[in-house]
Amino acid sequence: MAFRASRRLMGVLSLSADVASPVFKENFANVKAEVENLRVLVNTIKQGGGAAAVKKHTDRGKLLPRDRINAVLDKGSPFLEIGQLAGYELYEDVVPCGGIITGIGRVHGTECMIVANDATVKGGSYYPITVKKHLRAQEIALKNHLPCIYLVDSGGANLPRQADVFPDKNHFGRIFFNQANMSAKNIPQIACVMGSCTAGGAYVPAMSDETVIVKEQGTIFLAGPPLVKAAIGEEISAEELGGGDLHTRVSGVADHLAIDDAHALSIVRSTVKNLNRIKPQQVVTRESRPPLYDPETVYGIVGTDYRKAFDVPKFTVIVGGSFGAGNYGMCGRAYDPRFMYMWPNAKISVMGGDQAANVLSTLDQVKRRKLGEQELSTEEEEARKQVIKDRYMAEAHAYFASARLWDDGVIDPANTRDVLGLSISASLCAPIEPTKFGVFRM
Amino acid sequence: MADEAYWIGAAPSSQSYLQQQKIIDVAKKSGAQGIHPGYGFLSENSDFANLCEQEGITFIGPPASAILSMGSKSESKEIMEPSGVPIVKGYHGENQDPSFLLDQARDIGFPVLIKAVKGGGGKGMRVVMQEKDFMENLEMAKGESRKHFSDDRVLIEKYVQRPRHVEVQVFADKYGNAVYLFERDCSLQRRHQKIIEEAPAPGLSPELRKELGEAAVRAALAVGYVGAGTVEFIMDTTTHEFFFMEMNTRLQVEHPVTEMVTNTDLVEWQLLVASGYELPATQDEIQLRGHSFEARIYAENPDSNFLPGSGPLSYLRTPAEAHDVRVETGVREKDEVSIHYDPMIAKLVVWGADRSQALNKLRTELGNYTIAGLPTNINFLQACAGHPEFAAANITTDFIDDHKSVLLRAADTETAVPNDVFAKAVAAIMHAKTLAARTNDSPWDGLQHFRLNSHHVENITLLAHGVEHTVNVECLPGDRYTLTLPNGTTMAVEDIRTSGDGSDESFIDVTIDGHRSRCNAALLDHDVHVFTEGNHFTFSQPRESYEMADSGADDPDKVAAPMTGTVVKVMVTPGQEVKEGDTLLVMEAMKMEVRLRRVTQLARGPVSDTRVSSSLFFI
Repeated sequence: MAFRASRRLMGVLSLSADVASPVFKENFANVKAEVENLRVLVNTIKQGGGAAAVKKHTDRGKLLPRDRINAVLDKGSPFLEIGQLAGYELYEDVVPCGGIITGIGRVHGTECMIVANDATVKGGSYYPITVKKHLRAQEIALKNHLPCIYLVDSGGANLPRQADVFPDKNHFGRIFFNQANMSAKNIPQIACVMGSCTAGGAYVPAMSDETVIVKEQGTIFLAGPPLVKAAIGEEISAEELGGGDLHTRVSGVADHLAIDDAHALSIVRSTVKNLNRIKPQQVVTRESRPPLYDPETVYGIVGTDYRKAFDVPKFTVIVGGSFGAGNYGMCGRAYDPRFMYMWPNAKISVMGGDQAANVLSTLDQVKRRKLGEQELSTEEEEARKQVIKDRYMAEAHAYFASARLWDDGVIDPANTRDVLGLSISASLCAPIEPTKFGVFRM
Repeated sequence: MADEAYWIGAAPSSQSYLQQQKIIDVAKKSGAQGIHPGYGFLSENSDFANLCEQEGITFIGPPASAILSMGSKSESKEIMEPSGVPIVKGYHGENQDPSFLLDQARDIGFPVLIKAVKGGGGKGMRVVMQEKDFMENLEMAKGESRKHFSDDRVLIEKYVQRPRHVEVQVFADKYGNAVYLFERDCSLQRRHQKIIEEAPAPGLSPELRKELGEAAVRAALAVGYVGAGTVEFIMDTTTHEFFFMEMNTRLQVEHPVTEMVTNTDLVEWQLLVASGYELPATQDEIQLRGHSFEARIYAENPDSNFLPGSGPLSYLRTPAEAHDVRVETGVREKDEVSIHYDPMIAKLVVWGADRSQALNKLRTELGNYTIAGLPTNINFLQACAGHPEFAAANITTDFIDDHKSVLLRAADTETAVPNDVFAKAVAAIMHAKTLAARTNDSPWDGLQHFRLNSHHVENITLLAHGVEHTVNVECLPGDRYTLTLPNGTTMAVEDIRTSGDGSDESFIDVTIDGHRSRCNAALLDHDVHVFTEGNHFTFSQPRESYEMADSGADDPDKVAAPMTGTVVKVMVTPGQEVKEGDTLLVMEAMKMEVRLRRVTQLARGPVSDTRVSSSLFFI
């Protein structure tokens, strides 16, 4: 897709001279290395909770979450993953993808938000970042009118961290609040119960418009058999307490009983097909033309030195340094861009590390002078500055930001056009709201 | 396909095509002056020829008397002998007492051939190799004969081993003129039915050719023949001695090879002769030019003794027709080959300046005849046409039996699949996915398989002969794929595009390890059909568990009919012990008698009950 006239307005950039320059070559090598690093990291993350957990999962006859997603999507559909680096080096526990895989893909031609628990990661339990990611996925679905497909396989809240997961406004309960609101706005909520749905997790299928459950795999209950035993002393199997048979024959919580994962996912697909959702035709699109230059050329232009300036809004891509008011002005997270991505070379913080070190150092010297203390020697001052710079550097790193879901993902600069294309297309599922401005004082 | 069509009854031929009065009624209703009876059904029925005459409609064929004389194999041989046409030893008498016939068979000497007196097309015909099998085969031949010809008389003949089937096309007009249009070699047969025919017969000297032709003309004149006829001879492969077998009093299925080498239109000749014209050419004017082959494309299973098949022609592409390539068929894609008629799908006819050119053309065009949805004999025909002995024209009617294992192995494309065929199968699957995903010009269409910061990887499992081959496919951006085959081979597949003008999405161009080539492929249900380099490769993809639930396949104690048909006789009764190999019931399908036998070795109790419904048999 391309917007009409864009090329004519922008003219054609000539790159022939730049490509041969030593600066270009150095930049290219640096960014290429960052991208390689990102790919290696993502490949590790895609392995989920490790070989042992994966084996245990598949030995039960269950599909891995990424295979479930592949099976529910149309053959060949892209999958625009959201929050891929969530949870990266965030806790002492390794929580790949924050224990939940979210993203947009097409099901019977309809762009849908897929939210899939990864039961190989600590049983699919919800860490604070898991909740945040789930909520972000729902926020995207809500704003872009994307039907939600929840592939549920989770033991519920991570109990040791319950205080950071359960009670607050943007905690677990918000998931169900969002489901109810989206359902009311005719944004379909479809749950596929493929493992345990205990406690908080039980609300997801119960709050959905249509629910599928896998026979002898899926269970839905507020309190599992151990809690039942502890509370009332009764011994009961998980299947008897809240299995597929019970929920499709007796309680009516689930609508479809599937014989296995593949069956369940095929039912989900037909459910989406039967929604008969028609994407509004809001803009005129035409067939896209391939880029004039190899997309990797951009590596050589941006480089990794964020202090160097170069030429780039409700879709935000941070391509270099995004500091302070610049972050806000260029539609950072606080300004609710529909989607926000970072390049691996990009940095995000209140100010650059150099400036921060200088500012803090200056303040410190001023304070010392005021108190009559001896000022630091140049060496001491430089050492202190280095500590500050290092910390800013680490915290400004794209991975640090993405692990905390300050953005929707770190992307290969060469994929920017693709990722934005998919994102813009997804945004066109919702009607375009007229823009109204508040007061400007400057 | 016809300009006008009339309904003549239900699909079974006994209720339609064999109903003489219905055909006459349609002829009158439509104002037709003549009836062309085609190849089968009423084409050699003297009663029908008589009926036409009585009704004042021209029967486009010989006089009823000629049909009658030649229709009885025993009578025809009695006529031939005094006319100087050589015949083979046999019993053609009226005494049909089984023990008498056995005595006759002993006199002639085994092996013998039992043939229905009124028979044709392999029906009511049995080869008996040993004396002990004679009675059972006699009974079956009589049964089939009764069913098909309402006449259970049979004749016994010496079974000539390693013979060639050579037949001469003759034509006669109402004025006593008769010519021969040279001979055809129809030795390549299975189940006594021809599958590849050629003209002229290879290896014949001009003198022998003339001798054969003149004998055939004498045979025709002996019965006062008019119109198109074929005199069949059996020829000794080594001595080139030939004997009269029978005369087919109609135009034959394989007549196009004669047309190709004589530059004639035999149907036109039939119409001219029936209209009272003299023959369009004299013997001297009929010249032999080049060589022609016809391959009969059947719905059948060469692996299961050529058992007839039926089903949908889900995918059908035919060779492009040209002056030297003819495709004679009455079906189109999505049509059904039914159980009611002969399962022939088409005739592929080619012409070349000599035998080797014609054979090359046959092989090329067989490769361009691509069918999926039902089993066909195309790979088998290809194996026959590609056999060195066939190329050397060392053919007898035993050719298929003699070379069966080699031919079946060559026709079997599933056991050893070349790496690039796996790659083409995967390319076809990927291509179909790409096409299927397209709904509009959105980036979602253009970025097939896109995954953020990684590549989509999937395993595609292809089953060939029940063996699973799992191909690992890494989907790279820009329509590029890296395949890892089960044998560890890695292949680069890229730039998969619909060939030509893109109007036929089943034709694909693909680059595999730098080599660009074309194939066509059909994805039907769970099957992947790849047609490449003259062969048809079939793979199936595993079904999901939920698609297989309750299918009940693979029950070792279950006896399944190989095709749809009618149960004609149940051979077991309640209380009877059934041993392995015992016949349970006899059914009729595709004009053939099929026996269902107990196959399992498991010891089970006696038959408790037998129940036959329209479609199921319970035991």
